[in-house]
Amino acid sequence: MSLRNAACIAGAFEHPTRLAPDMTTPQLHAECAAGALADAGLSLSDVDGYFCATDAPGFGPISMIDYLGLTVRHTDSTEMGGCTYIQHVAHAAQAIATGKCSVALITLAGRPRSEAVQRFRPGAPESAFEQWVGLTNHTSYGMCAGRHMHEFGTTSEQLAWIKVAASHHAQHNPHAMLPKVVTVEDVVNSPTIADPLHRLDCCVTTDGGGALVVVSPEIARTLNRPVISLLGAGEATKGPSGGLALDLTTSAAAQSGPRAFEEAGVTPADIKYASIYDSFTITVLLQLEDLGFCAKGEGGKFVADGNLISGSGKLPFNTDGGGLCNNHPMFRGGITKVIEAVRQLRGEAAPAVQVPNCDLAVATGIGGSLGARHGAATIILERQS
Amino acid sequence: MSTRKLLAPQPNPETDAFWDGLGEGVLRIKTCESCGQPHYYPRHICPHCGSEKTRWLESAGCGEIYSLSVMRRGEGAPFAVAYVTLDEGPALMTNLVADDLDTLAIGQRVRLAPQASDADTVGDGPSLPFFTPSGD
Repeated sequence: MSLRNAACIAGAFEHPTRLAPDMTTPQLHAECAAGALADAGLSLSDVDGYFCATDAPGFGPISMIDYLGLTVRHTDSTEMGGCTYIQHVAHAAQAIATGKCSVALITLAGRPRSEAVQRFRPGAPESAFEQWVGLTNHTSYGMCAGRHMHEFGTTSEQLAWIKVAASHHAQHNPHAMLPKVVTVEDVVNSPTIADPLHRLDCCVTTDGGGALVVVSPEIARTLNRPVISLLGAGEATKGPSGGLALDLTTSAAAQSGPRAFEEAGVTPADIKYASIYDSFTITVLLQLEDLGFCAKGEGGKFVADGNLISGSGKLPFNTDGGGLCNNHPMFRGGITKVIEAVRQLRGEAAPAVQVPNCDLAVATGIGGSLGARHGAATIILERQS
Repeated sequence: MSTRKLLAPQPNPETDAFWDGLGEGVLRIKTCESCGQPHYYPRHICPHCGSEKTRWLESAGCGEIYSLSVMRRGEGAPFAVAYVTLDEGPALMTNLVADDLDTLAIGQRVRLAPQASDADTVGDGPSLPFFTPSGD
């Protein structure tokens, strides 16, 4: 069974907060759910499928379904780090295609700026061999960037262009955490956090969240919204695999991307807008190569000179400012990638960054730790005429 | 030398022999009698072929830096996180110790330099498989 046109994204909502000291995490989930349902023109009573991941407090869907007041016949708490919510769209389409639900609600929320968040996962089989290493995301992704530079001659200035492009977009987003336009010099002169990554190579940390409503094509056609259809989806995981397969210059997106494009029946050259998970600048560069927007090793040249800036570059990306400048709620940028792709396909992005006649978009993400073990999820979305 | 707390690994029956060996200055990885391929970190069942016929293999403790990143911020910084590809094949995640971390580079030869972890209470915990430039 193919997921091509099996389901549509009818509702998308990004919470405007970036700092929420006086709210609870469940409350944020609920506000995001209400926002996405209102956007779709649906209500809580229409929802018959619920999707969440480990950012949902308590007993996952059991706690949240009761808290939200839902009555559902399908739940899914698939967890793959920050890209989970891209994967949830595909899993919701699977559930809809097989008749398990017809209106699926996906929520993400968290308050990492306002409360301590437990990120270490005790008991993992690798824990005893890696916990003492002091691996953070900075050093994990730093090792990927360092190896890419070693193999392909990629430079810090080329990576910096990714942040520069995101900042050009963020200036038009009134909710962006970092709305100021920066230059390549600003990025490479910002303090080094973990070689070779500078502070401005890193995404923001924000409180907040988002939600999506995925519905059957039949329901989508009854709603007074543009029909945004799922054309294809792919997912994959990658790790050192016993230490013989270590390869820090290719991500699992090299598997999830081609799977999604094949199912969709389109190629990277057809894509009008790309939402690319941007926990760090290097995260974007690897995925661009792995999805086939350029050859392996050519990412540095591809992103340079503003090629990702909407209006002037060849591949407009993360026109909301992305995780690098706008929002990376709960350390997880997956749902905001889907939300901005939906805005672009509807023609509802900020006017200065709206891609003309944007009818085909990709949203892709990485979850976990790129330099250790990680997952990837990719979806291709199309606006139906 | 790092001043951050080096969390002591929690022993378990699957990997006790690894930590015992390191306490004697020996780096043990695992190899598989079914497929002949080594692996790290050690597992009871071979991740390459699924066989239970794994056995411990004494590594010479030599290899080269695959990649590294020096953490410049936070507790104990600077310290160097790295992958080292052992001469026996598997890569392992580790820390590199050097007088000047800025001299470390991809491709550089390194050797095992065990470092005591910090026990949960007092004294030293199990030794950890750190590496340092070997000069060859």
